[in-house]
Amino acid sequence: MFMFEKALTGSRGYRLWILGLLLLITAGLACYLLQLRYGLAITGMSRDVSWGLYIAQFTFLVGVAASAVMVVLPYYLHHFQEFARITILGEFLAVASVTMCMLFIFVDMGQPARVFNVLLYPTPHSLMFWDMISLGGYLVLNAVIALVTLRTEREGVPPPGWIRPIILLSMPWAVSIHTVTAFLYCGLPGRPLWLTAILAPRFLASAFAAGPALLILLCMLVGRLTKSPPGRGALRKLGLIVTYAMVINVFFVLMELFTAFYSAIPEDEQPLRYLFTGLQGHRPLVPWMWISMALAAASLVLLIVPRWRQDDKLLAMACGMVFFSLWIDKGIGLIVAAFVPSPLGAVTAYAPSLPEVLISLGIWAIGAFILTLLYKIALSVRGDSLFAPDVALVEVAK
Amino acid sequence: MSLTRQSFLRLSGLSFVAACARKLRSAVAPARWGMVVDVAQCLKQPNCTKCIAACNQAHNIPSIPDPRREVRWIWKDSFQHGFGIEDDYAQISAAPLMLLCNHCDNPPCVRVCPTQATWKREDGIVAMDWHRCIGCRYCMAACPYGSRSFNWMDPRPYIRTVNPEFPTRTKGVVEKCNLCSERLVAGQPPACVEACPEKALVFGNLADPHSAIRELLRTRRAVRRKPELGTRPQVFYIV
Repeated sequence: MFMFEKALTGSRGYRLWILGLLLLITAGLACYLLQLRYGLAITGMSRDVSWGLYIAQFTFLVGVAASAVMVVLPYYLHHFQEFARITILGEFLAVASVTMCMLFIFVDMGQPARVFNVLLYPTPHSLMFWDMISLGGYLVLNAVIALVTLRTEREGVPPPGWIRPIILLSMPWAVSIHTVTAFLYCGLPGRPLWLTAILAPRFLASAFAAGPALLILLCMLVGRLTKSPPGRGALRKLGLIVTYAMVINVFFVLMELFTAFYSAIPEDEQPLRYLFTGLQGHRPLVPWMWISMALAAASLVLLIVPRWRQDDKLLAMACGMVFFSLWIDKGIGLIVAAFVPSPLGAVTAYAPSLPEVLISLGIWAIGAFILTLLYKIALSVRGDSLFAPDVALVEVAK
Repeated sequence: MSLTRQSFLRLSGLSFVAACARKLRSAVAPARWGMVVDVAQCLKQPNCTKCIAACNQAHNIPSIPDPRREVRWIWKDSFQHGFGIEDDYAQISAAPLMLLCNHCDNPPCVRVCPTQATWKREDGIVAMDWHRCIGCRYCMAACPYGSRSFNWMDPRPYIRTVNPEFPTRTKGVVEKCNLCSERLVAGQPPACVEACPEKALVFGNLADPHSAIRELLRTRRAVRRKPELGTRPQVFYIV
């Protein structure tokens, strides 16, 4: 009923891409079965660094999911028509990202069979409980909105009246998922790297840079594959959003660095030292962090100069840099470094193990798989031209 | 079952009295278990690990050689690490220190647990239900003392001699010191306290002003780990 039949047919390239993703998913699944059998000992995590790649990917992807609001809000609240064709891509991206988030949480559990204990014994004083509620709700909201609007588009009928309040609800909800995720970390005593009121604002800024950056790249990719280029106005507006969000994000990061290093309080400094210079001879994240910083700086140069930002090739490059830079920052550094040094001053190195990486890759492949199917459905509904203007959808915005 | 009005009233009255009595008892004499570690006393035998051995034996704690996968309830670290103090001149910085769960009065681990698999009992012990724990390790991130361990793998093959009186754990759950709640029920002191040859570990009821532990805290200078975090540890160190 949800038009899934549209996703079953495609060109040779499409089938190969799906096959490749399925292979990655299978490899990840096989490793997960191994983890289920032997426990989380097959990962690189330890008593001191008790969260690693999984939770870090989760954190990063919550941001990507939340960023859908950056296309939904201008379109539905400000009637910014250029986004008419793109909102659905943003919503589908949110669906795929939230699904990945949930999977990353799930594979991180020591006793996955008991995961529903969270709902069986609801615990409002635990942020994990709220995170589950907000993520689940966000998934349902976006899935419903995207599928309903797509369906009305296909049938050429005006959208049902009840969808607008749901769309309006999805906007603050997007902000909430990343705020709650930040609260998960910044409310903990004894983890100085996270214990900062700016964590939630910083999460949102980096989310609104990385998510739209990915969306720009996806639009360009889909446009090229379907030989139907996305509207330039839409991409430029998105590029502007990425620019502002990235500037604010870098500003926030610099504020963190200043506060920690100028106050010179050891426990605030040490995790940052571990990230940027290494601690007690351990420097596994140092090259990563400097690559992240360099990419952030380079992307800002490309984005801030209007002439460069409006060049499609340079914009694509800048978006790639933003995305990768923030992935390093949030998808590796921020989570792992908070555990170094340990509460007892120990510096324990963490590097993800091969099965851990394969499981993570498998989940990313599941996300890409879901996104591909959903985009394929949207594409079929719109007659193989995702970005051609349509009148039916404009109705919802009014 | 038929219930006459008279017996209903009698039962209600009785339950009311029972509830009041229970409240009254906990109001009059609520036990508040705590511990004092007399560091100088402990240092008399610097290589002694009897408390650790007793605890490990009593609680089926696995001896896992890889320190990254280690499970520990009570262990030895340096004073400097335990208290985070870098004092270049004091000899005590490098001195060994016994560390365990602080059974905080305001425990962050309890606050964050999404399933109430860890909670604070009325007597102040921070307890755990290993059958409810989902293994999310949020409590480990929240504990500012590094007192919690995770079973990264099945611990059973690493248990030297199994104590049939105490449960073993499965892979994928968090565990920590339970202040020997199973022994307290039987009127015994914690295993580590009993095993200490120097009586360096003093266990008792902090709520009783006449207890030995209160006497010790009144007359000697005691410190707690990271008091600035507001967790209010119930394990004290006499320096």
